[in-house]
Amino acid sequence: MSSDHLTRRGLLQGSAALAAASPVAAQAQAAAVATPRRNGGSAMMPVELTVNGREVHLQLDPRTSLLDTLREHLHLTGTKKGCDHGQCGACTVIVEGRRINSCLTLAVMHDGESITTIEGLGTPDKLHPMQKAFIVHDGYQCGYCTPGQICSAVAVLDEIKAGIPSHATTELNDVSLNDAELRERMSGNICRCAAYPNIIAAMRDVAGEKVA
Amino acid sequence: MKTFTYERATSVQAAAKAAASVQGARFIAGGTNLLDLMKLQIETPTHLIDVNHLGLDRIEKTDGGGVRIGALVRNTDLAADKSVRQDYAVLSRALLAGASGQLRNKATTGGNLLQRTRCTYFYDTRMPCNKRQPGSGCGALQGMNRSLAILGVSDACIAQHPSDMAVAMRLLDAQVDTMGADGAARAIPIADFHLLPGDTPHRESALRPGEIITSVTLPKPIGGTHVYRKVRDRASYAFALVSVAAVFGKDGTARFAFGGIGAKPWRTQEADAAAKSGAKAVAEAALAGARTTHHNDFKKTLVERTLASLYRQREARA
Repeated sequence: MSSDHLTRRGLLQGSAALAAASPVAAQAQAAAVATPRRNGGSAMMPVELTVNGREVHLQLDPRTSLLDTLREHLHLTGTKKGCDHGQCGACTVIVEGRRINSCLTLAVMHDGESITTIEGLGTPDKLHPMQKAFIVHDGYQCGYCTPGQICSAVAVLDEIKAGIPSHATTELNDVSLNDAELRERMSGNICRCAAYPNIIAAMRDVAGEKVA
Repeated sequence: MKTFTYERATSVQAAAKAAASVQGARFIAGGTNLLDLMKLQIETPTHLIDVNHLGLDRIEKTDGGGVRIGALVRNTDLAADKSVRQDYAVLSRALLAGASGQLRNKATTGGNLLQRTRCTYFYDTRMPCNKRQPGSGCGALQGMNRSLAILGVSDACIAQHPSDMAVAMRLLDAQVDTMGADGAARAIPIADFHLLPGDTPHRESALRPGEIITSVTLPKPIGGTHVYRKVRDRASYAFALVSVAAVFGKDGTARFAFGGIGAKPWRTQEADAAAKSGAKAVAEAALAGARTTHHNDFKKTLVERTLASLYRQREARA
């Protein structure tokens, strides 16, 4: 694994304070922590990202995944590390308007691009409709997968609106919104607590569908 | 992850040249397979050449009435493309049966063709694997090999090819377009693109050092009814135990390609020729020379039953 693990202890010590801080404060802090680090092997590379509407300039080991960049360098710890192999979806973020697994991509590959994380979707004072719906419909239990679920859910509704078909689409040219579609499209986000039915209810609610 | 240097390629030829001249260099496109393997130190490139910005992301009609798919077209975009949905529905269906929404947003056409096996012995660096470490042996031959290949295998390797997309492309007689380090273009029929393991399972494609995939060309549409049936342990987001890509013609002819059972996307003339004789005959023809183990012998039955299901569905709609 990468040397980014070395900073985890320090990060955990500060995490309680960060959790209490508003996302705006966390973003402001992002610029302050974006300082060059030394490492044993790879030459550091400059990377410029727009994260949740804010430009950040970083010096990164090219091995740094986008996920570790967000969590360890920008201290945006809403995005979660589950499997770190693209199997669980906890790290899902929206890059240039599309949901991806941030663990399976390098930050240097996204130089100049825009990233939206759970912190950028809404704030505790002004929740994104999907965040609100997850609360209303109890779309989580432990909550660890929730930021990834919500980022994915927001993007899924956009994908359906754009007419992008899925494995559950009966006629490839007639994309509609139903439970089978939502379940199929959300299959890249695993929830160990099995909050799936309530996640579907939250998504239907946001999509303006009647919820049973 | 081992250290590496990184560059963003500015032209296809520069990328090919760099890949041929730097020892241990690899192209990176979507990265969804390569980075996973790099984290496990199964892949340890010394230099990554990022090919994401080479403009190979278009889908165009060809003079021959077919379609040219840029190597960097994402799986999501290829599956959703209007002409692909219309004329090559089996390809859309195969793509949509693979991976997750997040992965399809990243994974590319060229990268999907080159994705590596999901054999658990290839992934477990504590186990011998001739593909990962030539000459070390094969842990899978006598091991837990339920998901592994039964066709095109050898004493050195029984790894299955994991791609759904490539199965549909094999069915459609696609051609893989490349550029070599010397700037020369080459067209490789997909039937010749993936190599069988033989004694050299670490060699997986016909690509030469530095050679880069620029596009995949599909011949003009063949019409017919397109289907892709994937059988797996979960309803979504799992690799195939068996998959069948098929195009049924109105006159009772059909062509078939298979995933999950071969060391490469599997298609035989004999299976296509047996189309009018029904599922059992097609299965027998496709499975000629199959070499199974105690754990994966079920795949033969599963192939026949999957075909039977497609035939029944076809009759019901006729």
